[in-house]
Amino acid sequence: MTFLSHLINGISLGSVYAIIALGYTMVYGIAKMLNFAHGDVIMVGAYICFFAVATYGLPPIVGVLLAMVVCTALGMLIERLAYKPLRQAPSLAVLITAIGVSYFLQNGAQLLWSANNKMFPNFLNFGGKTGLSLFDGQLTISWTAIVTVVACVVIMIALTLFTGKTRIGKAMRACSEDKGAAELMGINVNTTISVTFAIGSALAAIAGVLLCSAYPILVPTTGSMPGIKAFTAAVFGGIGSIPGALLGGVLLGVIEIFAKAYISTQLSDAIVFAVLIIVLLVKPTGLLGKQIREKV
Amino acid sequence: MKKMIALLLALVMVFALVACGAKTETTETTETTEETATATAYKLGGVGPLTGGAAIYGNAAVNGAKIAVDEINALGGDIQFELNYQDDAHDAEKSVNAYNTLKDWGMQLFLGSVTSAPGVATSVEAQADNMFYLTPSASSTDVLGGVANPLTGTVDIERKANVFQLCFMDPNQGSASAQYIADKDLGENIAIIYKNDDVYSTGIYNSFIAKAEELGLNIVSTTTFTTDSQTDFSVQIADAKDNGADLVFLPMYYDAASLILTQANAIGYAPTFFGVDGMDGILTVEGFDTALAEGVILLTPFSADAEDEATVNFVTTYEAQFGETPNQFAADAYDCVYAIYAALQQAGATVDMTASELCDLLVATFTGGEFSYDGLTGAGMTWDETGAVTKAPKGMIIENGVYVGLD
Amino acid sequence: MKNNRKLRLTKTSRTNFLTYLMVIVAFVVLNSMSNAGMLKSALQGQLVPICAYVTMALALNLTVGVLGELSLGHAGFMSVGAFAGAVAASAMRDAVAAEPVRLAIALVIGAAFAALAGVLVGIPVLRLNGDYLAIVTLAFGEIIKSIINNLYIGVDARGLHASFVQNTIALGDGGRMILSGPMGIPGVTKISTFTAGFILIMVTLVVIFNLVNSRSGRAIMALRDNRIAAESVGINVTKYKMMAFVTSAALAGAAGALFALGQNTIIASKFDFNQSILILVFVVLGGQGRMWGSIIAAAALTVLPELLREFADYRMLVYAIVLILVMLLTNNPTLKGFFEGLAAKVKKSEKGA
Repeated sequence: MTFLSHLINGISLGSVYAIIALGYTMVYGIAKMLNFAHGDVIMVGAYICFFAVATYGLPPIVGVLLAMVVCTALGMLIERLAYKPLRQAPSLAVLITAIGVSYFLQNGAQLLWSANNKMFPNFLNFGGKTGLSLFDGQLTISWTAIVTVVACVVIMIALTLFTGKTRIGKAMRACSEDKGAAELMGINVNTTISVTFAIGSALAAIAGVLLCSAYPILVPTTGSMPGIKAFTAAVFGGIGSIPGALLGGVLLGVIEIFAKAYISTQLSDAIVFAVLIIVLLVKPTGLLGKQIREKV
Repeated sequence: MKKMIALLLALVMVFALVACGAKTETTETTETTEETATATAYKLGGVGPLTGGAAIYGNAAVNGAKIAVDEINALGGDIQFELNYQDDAHDAEKSVNAYNTLKDWGMQLFLGSVTSAPGVATSVEAQADNMFYLTPSASSTDVLGGVANPLTGTVDIERKANVFQLCFMDPNQGSASAQYIADKDLGENIAIIYKNDDVYSTGIYNSFIAKAEELGLNIVSTTTFTTDSQTDFSVQIADAKDNGADLVFLPMYYDAASLILTQANAIGYAPTFFGVDGMDGILTVEGFDTALAEGVILLTPFSADAEDEATVNFVTTYEAQFGETPNQFAADAYDCVYAIYAALQQAGATVDMTASELCDLLVATFTGGEFSYDGLTGAGMTWDETGAVTKAPKGMIIENGVYVGLD
Repeated sequence: MKNNRKLRLTKTSRTNFLTYLMVIVAFVVLNSMSNAGMLKSALQGQLVPICAYVTMALALNLTVGVLGELSLGHAGFMSVGAFAGAVAASAMRDAVAAEPVRLAIALVIGAAFAALAGVLVGIPVLRLNGDYLAIVTLAFGEIIKSIINNLYIGVDARGLHASFVQNTIALGDGGRMILSGPMGIPGVTKISTFTAGFILIMVTLVVIFNLVNSRSGRAIMALRDNRIAAESVGINVTKYKMMAFVTSAALAGAAGALFALGQNTIIASKFDFNQSILILVFVVLGGQGRMWGSIIAAAALTVLPELLREFADYRMLVYAIVLILVMLLTNNPTLKGFFEGLAAKVKKSEKGA
């Protein structure tokens, strides 16, 4: 029973990583950049939802939608001002700019909303219970965990369909394969990248709400550590691959919880990263990453 | 051409560097905490995390100190203060930079660092400069020096004679907690969750287990977390629960503690939670369901709900100025300023004295045995050569969302 | 063609010479200002950290600029060097009285341990490419941080004692703990000096320039520019990658030891992902493969947050904006063109005047 409980907790934690990782992986797949500011967009989303719900008393769903709108706008704004001018620049320059944006968002949030902790409200409270009780209360699964996992799967399927079936989704895939050829085929690469950022940022808003529902302390640095872990998860699963992000995120969460539960809480951080290294040595492009043959 | 530009840019930067690094005699504008200071004000400096993950503690300390300084200056007496707090982002390296900036400003008295690791760094600098150092909340033994390591019994750092703490020293809190639990018979089986990349948390944990062993307390579960894994506590809580712990000791700050309380509640685990002074503030987190903290016991010197006049005044002023309820850091910093004020009065110091002269005078006053100070965080506080404060820790239990004193 | 290459070579050596000169001039100016008491305490206190960061930036530039691999975990090597060096210096406190000698030994030990870590990390890491390599270096940085966070080292008459995860060290008379896990080393004796930092930078430059301008260096750069082509002409990929990577790690270790011994206290969490990123910012801002750029960027960006103290609460916000603007200015073709045009105009008008 304990094992099952740990497994469920791991999947729940992993789903949060997975949703963040989906944002990372989308942007990486198309723009070929590591958007280190992604974690901080998540934080902004969580703050917007917090204020909408806790301060202005709006219904949670409105809070989430509002957070998505704000984050989408923010994501597109960042892309327009900071990343678009660097489209031809070396990827490291964009990486550093993303880090600058990350610092900017964190410090801006602190100035706007103060460094004080905010306790994120728990929306998911059915019949006074915060979770589903099984086996005479020996096993409790929180509604948050269930919603997170479901949301994660739904988003992954939706994204897969989107990139597979829709026109703009196909354009994204074309851009990720070969920007030059895509442009020659009449695809507007700039617009496609902007749309990708918009979707990634909307996902970040959802991720922020779910992250803070599960782990409800909200501070300006809330997004940075989950951001790094999610980045790790995206690489773990094969960066650029949508199912890979889900798989990587969930596995990372489960490994983290199991390492804590069965090996050592002191060394769990080290164990998680050691597993990552081993996986990458065996599969150098991640679990579901594409093996790219180098052209001579 | 690109090189030319870069070179030009570089030259500008180097020039700026040298220009700003050169000593100038002009008085500089103080930052955030600019006061209506007269020319005869004591220059009081402080260092704390005003940005980054620990910013909440630093900003609380600044606000608390600011209120004390405003009040003292409003009295219009001989002693006036000019306050200058500098940011260290909870980093030892930057705290030394911040200290040096304050030195350039002409600081005469130092409120030390707000957090422990930077506190260790600034205390060494202050010792070298013979600058009086009274920290509100850097509670590690290494800040004071001269304290035996609870695990090995060795004295690893020598005593820094000019350094004093207003807060409890970490080991005192750890051993006092163990003593309290044993005396009141609060729990048969004890679980501990602590943060093992944090000086404060580990310091309390080390002395707690040393004392617990001595008292024969039964520790059934010991688990840890780090800054990197400070989100999910399901494993730690499950470990405590499965080992039948009826008391969980949480030597940590209230941000992590509130997550533990929330997650324990979610799985229906309700032991007695026992915290230390870092737990204070948990009731004031915006949006926190205080029902979760019902029955939590903590040892803390300060309570924002206390009904004595001083606390009520302080809390009212703080809320009016900053729109938040003050936590223990704010109260500690407030007390620090008043303690220095009282000591300056008793010692008969004058504002034209140098930092070193003031330091000698204040150290003599603090360790002279005749100085005591009544503040928000304790009555009749005294100090001795060890630099540690003597005041009574108050056991508090949270009932119906407010602190109730335990005796 | 031949002529062309010769020209490039002389240009390289001229740049190298100017780089040495720049460091020497900066040192002489700052040192004499420091001796004359003309420096503010704020800058005075930063001299040693600046030297350490400059060395770190140079070391990372060897990996990023010359070898062409992105490392997000260089703070890990700095950490290894810092703790090895500081523990060694602390243990030798009574045995070696002369501080410069103790410092030199500590730097060598720091470099040696970091080089060892470099070998251990390099063997698996260098098989990977691109962002996968980057994430593995990040992972190693985190692992190193976690290990040091759980390491306890004490010293007594019988020598050094260490334990892992739990502090189980029993020390004899006169013993003391040096490294206490998460509390780090709270009692570092400051023995690093600005002069030592200057010497370390010079040594680093000599090592890097000699490596880059040697046969091995050309092999390394050939790997960076086109691995497959280089491999096909018989360049041993692993050997040359390791050579550059381990040298870089060793230099980072020496920088770490210099840094640690210029602080009052060091903790493992200081050398985290953010620290790695900070150093990467120096390298990218200064220009990949351009050593003098790294030196200036590291020095300027270390001092910048201190200069921005006047902005009070907005300090780090301004820092972020400066960082973004500088990246845009130096990398966006339109803005750069505008900027260059402006500079040319200014120059012209200066000439005219």
